[in-house]
Order: sequence, then structure tokens, then C-alpha cells
Amino acid sequence: MPADLAAGLVLAAVIAYAVLAGADFGGGVWDAFGRGPRRDAQRDAIAHAMGPVWEANHVWLIFVVVLLFTCFPTAYAALSEGLFVPFHLVLLGIILRGAAFVFRAYSPQSVRRPGRPGRGARRWGAVFGAASVITPVLLGMCLGAVSAGGLRVADGRVAAAGAAPWLRPLPLATGGFALAVCAYLAAVYLANETSGELREDFRRRALAAGTAVVAMSALMLPLLYVRAPHLWHGLLSARAAPVLAVGVAAALLSGWALWRRRPRLARAATVAQTACLLAGWGIAQHPFIIYPDVTVHGAAAHEATLRFVLWSTPFGMALLLPSLWWLFRVFKGPAMGVHDEPSSS
Amino acid sequence: MDTLAAARAQMEVSLAFHMVFAALGIGMPLLMTIAEALWLRTGRAHYRDLARKWAKATALTFAIGAVSGTALSFELGLLWPRFMAFAGGIIGPAFALEGYAFFLEAIFLGLYLYGWERLSPRAHLAAGAAVAASGVLSGVLVVAANAWMQEPVGFRPGESPTSALAPFLSPAWGQMALHSTLSCYIATGFAAAGVYALGMLRGRRDAYHRAGLALTLAVATAAALAQPLSGHVSAQHVARNQPAKLAAAEAHFHTRRGAPVIVAGIPDAETRTVRGALRIPRLLSFLATEDFDGEVQGLDAVPRALWPNVAVTHLAFDVMVGSAFAMIGLGLWFWLVRWRRREPGRWLLRALVAGSPLGIVALEAGWIVTEVGRQPWIVRGVMLTRDGVTPVAGVAATFFGFSLLYLVLGTALALLLRRLATGAPPAEVVVPRTAEAAHAG
Repeated sequence: MPADLAAGLVLAAVIAYAVLAGADFGGGVWDAFGRGPRRDAQRDAIAHAMGPVWEANHVWLIFVVVLLFTCFPTAYAALSEGLFVPFHLVLLGIILRGAAFVFRAYSPQSVRRPGRPGRGARRWGAVFGAASVITPVLLGMCLGAVSAGGLRVADGRVAAAGAAPWLRPLPLATGGFALAVCAYLAAVYLANETSGELREDFRRRALAAGTAVVAMSALMLPLLYVRAPHLWHGLLSARAAPVLAVGVAAALLSGWALWRRRPRLARAATVAQTACLLAGWGIAQHPFIIYPDVTVHGAAAHEATLRFVLWSTPFGMALLLPSLWWLFRVFKGPAMGVHDEPSSS
Repeated sequence: MDTLAAARAQMEVSLAFHMVFAALGIGMPLLMTIAEALWLRTGRAHYRDLARKWAKATALTFAIGAVSGTALSFELGLLWPRFMAFAGGIIGPAFALEGYAFFLEAIFLGLYLYGWERLSPRAHLAAGAAVAASGVLSGVLVVAANAWMQEPVGFRPGESPTSALAPFLSPAWGQMALHSTLSCYIATGFAAAGVYALGMLRGRRDAYHRAGLALTLAVATAAALAQPLSGHVSAQHVARNQPAKLAAAEAHFHTRRGAPVIVAGIPDAETRTVRGALRIPRLLSFLATEDFDGEVQGLDAVPRALWPNVAVTHLAFDVMVGSAFAMIGLGLWFWLVRWRRREPGRWLLRALVAGSPLGIVALEAGWIVTEVGRQPWIVRGVMLTRDGVTPVAGVAATFFGFSLLYLVLGTALALLLRRLATGAPPAEVVVPRTAEAAHAG
């Protein structure tokens, strides 16, 4: 039982990371694909929205990693061996994304055209955008790899067999799906934090990304059925299906709300959609951490460790959640969040 | 390059890089909070300018520290999966608590950096103090995991941990946490002092530069004076509990009474001699046992196969101690000049510029003493480093890739910090929130 609760905690941290940091990656995607006459204003709005919160959002990933190796050490070891290459690439993306974001912010402005980014700033901006596109794809591929059944583990060691487990159709599709979700989250949030023409820009981008999410889902369904029947049946099971149904309803609601220009409703529905889809995946994946060889119970740490983690969580959250609430109220609250135009301060 | 050598090299590069930012992430918030508190108290604008300048430096270094720290949490598994499969559940509780501390640091740093105009002055100062406090807490908790690797307790070989509190029960934790926290303040203080010393050498002897020099050196000197005491406590502890490490650090090959301190020299592990060293008779016995005739265990008490690299450990130890005393001298020189109500002279300022990297040098050297001195164990007495390493091929490639990445990032960051360091900020400049961050895009 403690092992299941700890697995639930890992899943909750994954969801928090996806909903919060996913939007920061998505912001980088829209930075990379900034187009049109308001390109610089869009980039302003993205940097303004990410600035105060992206580092706090990023910490959820560290929570996922720490919870994994604390509560499921042998699973973490197997993941580290089996996904050695994509994990290194994820790290490369994370390091470059974070570094490029702050380096760009502190790079000098153009000498010839005051107020415009200089050469260094433009280069770091390109790195920031590229890393923001690649990293969520890789993270999605890792998530797909643990479900797809290609990563085999025997006696705690990874058995190398066939193509790299993360370069298979289902993990690749999951990567594309993750990228689309990040772009969607970011555009919906940004439509909330802007106004006027900028809001329309992000609304249109959100609709495009939402279409991509639907398209990727349509691609994944047959892949799941053919390539991962265990997961397909898990998703349709009585435990997971209701959660997924709520997720699909929320997805439809967020699309409708966007269409009808109700950004706050769209934001709430998008959060619910992402959380429910990931929760449904987690429930369907249970009891496996890595299908089909590593289970929650087989990989669990000693019960004393699990109890320590579970008992420390309410105390940690009692410190964390009010602080997070303060952070988001100050920078994302109703009076503060709206970014009308590039301010001149 | 075999996998073990490559994995150790990648871990060394990653930690050596991260450590600088971890130290600045602990030291800079203290400096910026003190400066802001002085501003609120005195209303003098140069304190506000210092706080804002140091906040910018904190923003840059914290971001690099956060991403390179993320890399390390992955690399524990990527490079040492066998170690993590065995020890993840034991040291995990320290990292779990550290996660909360680091989270709070990131949250309050966001509030501090972007909240100059949005928070009341008191709330803003409180956010800064929270960054400084959670930074220290985060560092202390990570050290708990490392302390357990030096002196593992709370478990039986081949079994699960008997206590989830194992990493907090390691007797090495207390002295290591104190020693490393002080070293962070020393490294940050002297590094920042060098910036203001250089400015004053170039003729900018205004209130901003004078206050910057005095504040950084106040923190750095206080910590540097406390450090030998903390180091002495550490050395006595290591002599009792990790004799091989102390013997390697002191290049002390033969167990004996009245052992000398060996300064510098080239230790030769084969002949068990040290060439060209300065010996201070009986001092090692006194320091380790509080008795000039006390017995100090030498490396001969340990099987040859379980020796750490004596030359590296001894050299690093001497570099650490030498840097420490040089910094104490610099700090005392500055405060003596100030106590006599004189202006710092050119030679003092030059010495402060030259000495500004010493704190970081000492930090890295001390880490080498701890970690190389623990070898060949990854968990001392329990698991050998070579038994913890990954079976995956290709670590040499990731080692070279990450080394190149950190080289590029380190260079870019140094250039940006240099730009940040030149000159006092004009009065109207604020932290890059909307406009500055955005126009960079």
C-alpha cells in the first residue's frame, strides 16, 4: 500500500510538471515559431510570463527524479540504463533551455538599433527556442518507452534487445503528442495573460495546437491498439476509462471555450484535460513502472523509506503550497497577469 | 577510456561546474539581503544599487546552478545505476527534503527578482531572507547524502535500511555541513570583493564601490576566520573515523607517535616517502589527538588496494589550507587598514583582485580531498566505486559532450558576469522584468 501511494505521488509530480513546466516549454515553442508583425511583442509576452515562475516549475521534475530513486531505486537504475541516451539528450535540452533563457535576458541590446536584441541575445534566443521544442519530445518519448514494452529488464539489469526502446513508433508518437500538449498549454495560458491583438494571436495559436493534439491522439489510438494492447486495455478498463472520459470532455470544453473567446474557462479546462489524460495513463500503467518487467511493488524501497517520504509530504506541502500560491498570485493574479504591451520601465 | 574512468570524469566535471553555482547560490542571496536591509535602514541609495546588482548576479548563477543540479540528479542514475539501486532508498530521504528546500528557494527567488515593484519593501526583504535561508538548508541536506557515503550508518550490508533517517544519522554530517556552508560564504565573498577592488583600482572610489568591498569582505572574513576552527573539528573527526583519508591528505604513510605535519612535497606511494616537503614536527599528532605524542594512523594501516590517490589528495589538501590562510591574511589586512581609518591602498586592492578566485579554489580543493580521499569506495567500506558504475557503453562520448557544453556555458556566463560587474548601475535601471528580459528576445 505505501508503494502504491508513493507511485501516486510520483504521478502527481509528473502531472504538476506537465501542467506548469509544460507550458514553459510551449512558450519556447511559440518563441521559436514567432511570426507576423507582432513577433517581438509575442516574445516579450512569453518572456514576461515565464520569467518569475519557470525555475519553480522546473523543480517538479527534480521531485519526480528524487521520488523515483528514493521510493523505487531499482526502477530508477533500470530507467537510467535503458534510457541512457534519451536521458542525456533531455539533460542537454534542459541545460541549454534554462541557460539560454537567462543568458538572452542579460545579453546586451543591439548597438545600432537601441531597444532591439543584440547578436548574442538573438543567438541565445535561437538556442532557447530549439531546446524548448526538442526537450518535450524527448520527455514524451521516455514516457512512451516505459509503456510500450520495448524496455526489458531481467534481474535488475536492462536486457538489450532490438532497436532502442525509445525509437519505436509508440514512443515517437508520444513525443509528438507531448510537444503538441505543451504548445497548447502555453498558448492557452498566454491568451489569458495578454489582451487585444496579442490575445488573438495566442488564441489562434492555441486553436492550431489544439488541432495538433487531436491529430496526434488520432495517430496514437491505432498505435496503442496494435503496438501496446496491454495499455489499450488498461486505458479502457473500468478504473481508467472514467478519468479519461473526463479528460476528453475537458478537452472538448477547452476547445469550445477558446472558440467562444472565454480564455479563463479554456485555461481551467486545459489544465483538467492534461491532468486527467496523464492520470488515466498512470492508472492504466499500474502496477507497472516499466512494462512488463518492473512493477511498483517489485521495485519499492524499504517500507521505512516509503513511510518517511509519505509522512514528510504533508509537511513539505504545507510550506510549499502557500509559497507557490503567493508566487502565482503576485505574478499571475487577475490584476497583475495581463500583459498589455511591452512596458517601457 | 574505460567506462569507470569516463564515468568518474563526467561526474567530476559536472560536480566541479555545479559546485561553483551552488556556492554562489548560497552566498549571493545573503549578500543581497544584507545590502537591502541596510538600504531600508539607512535609505542610502548605493545599498539599493548593490542589492539590485547582486540580485542580477544571483539570477544568472542560480539558473545555471538549477539546470546543472538537475543534470546531477539524473547523472547519479545514469553513471552509477548500481549504486543508486542499492543506496537510492537510503540517501533518498535527504534528497526528498532537499527538494522542498530547493523548491522554496526557487519560489522566493522568483518573488525577489521580479517583485521589486510588486511587493512591499518588508515583504521583498523577507523573500530575500527566505532565499538565503532555504539555500543554506538545501546545501546542508545535500551534504547529508554525501556524509552518508563517507560514513554509512543505519543499515546492514545486504539488507534494507534499518532507519529511513540513515543519512541524518551519519556522524560526518554535522562537521561537513558547517565546513561546506562556511566555504560557500568565503568563496562568494572573496569573488565579489575582487570586482569592487578592481573598480577602485580603476579610480571609482565612490560610496558604491567602498560599500561593496566592505560588505563582501565582512561576510568573507568572518567566515574565513571561523573556517580553521571548523576545519580542525573536521580533521579530528576524519582522523578518528576515516583514517585513510586523513593519512592521504597529510601524505602520512607510516603509523607513528609524534607525527609531523607535512607541507607540500611530492608523495610517492610506491616508496612511501614524500620528496621535498616541509615538516613541522609533532604537529599532526597534536592536531589529530590533542597530544604531541599521540599516535596517528598512517596509510600502512590500510591494505594497499584500498588507498586513495595520495598525491592528488595531499596536493588538494595543501591547496585548500594554503588558500584558506591566504584569504585570512587578505581579510585581516583589509580590516586593519580600515580600522586605522585609511583608504585601501593599491597593493591591498591588487592583492584582493588576485585573491578573488581563492575561495572557489579552496572549495574545489576541499571537495577533492573529501571525494578522492574516499576512493576506491563509493560508499566507504560497503561498495566500491567500480561496482556502482553503469554497464552502458558510450560514457566517454557523454563525458566529452558534457565537458564541451559546460565549457561553452561557463565562458558565456563569465562574459555576461563581467559585463554585469563593470560599473555602478544608473539610478533608473531595475531588474530585468518585462522590458529588459523581453527586448532581449
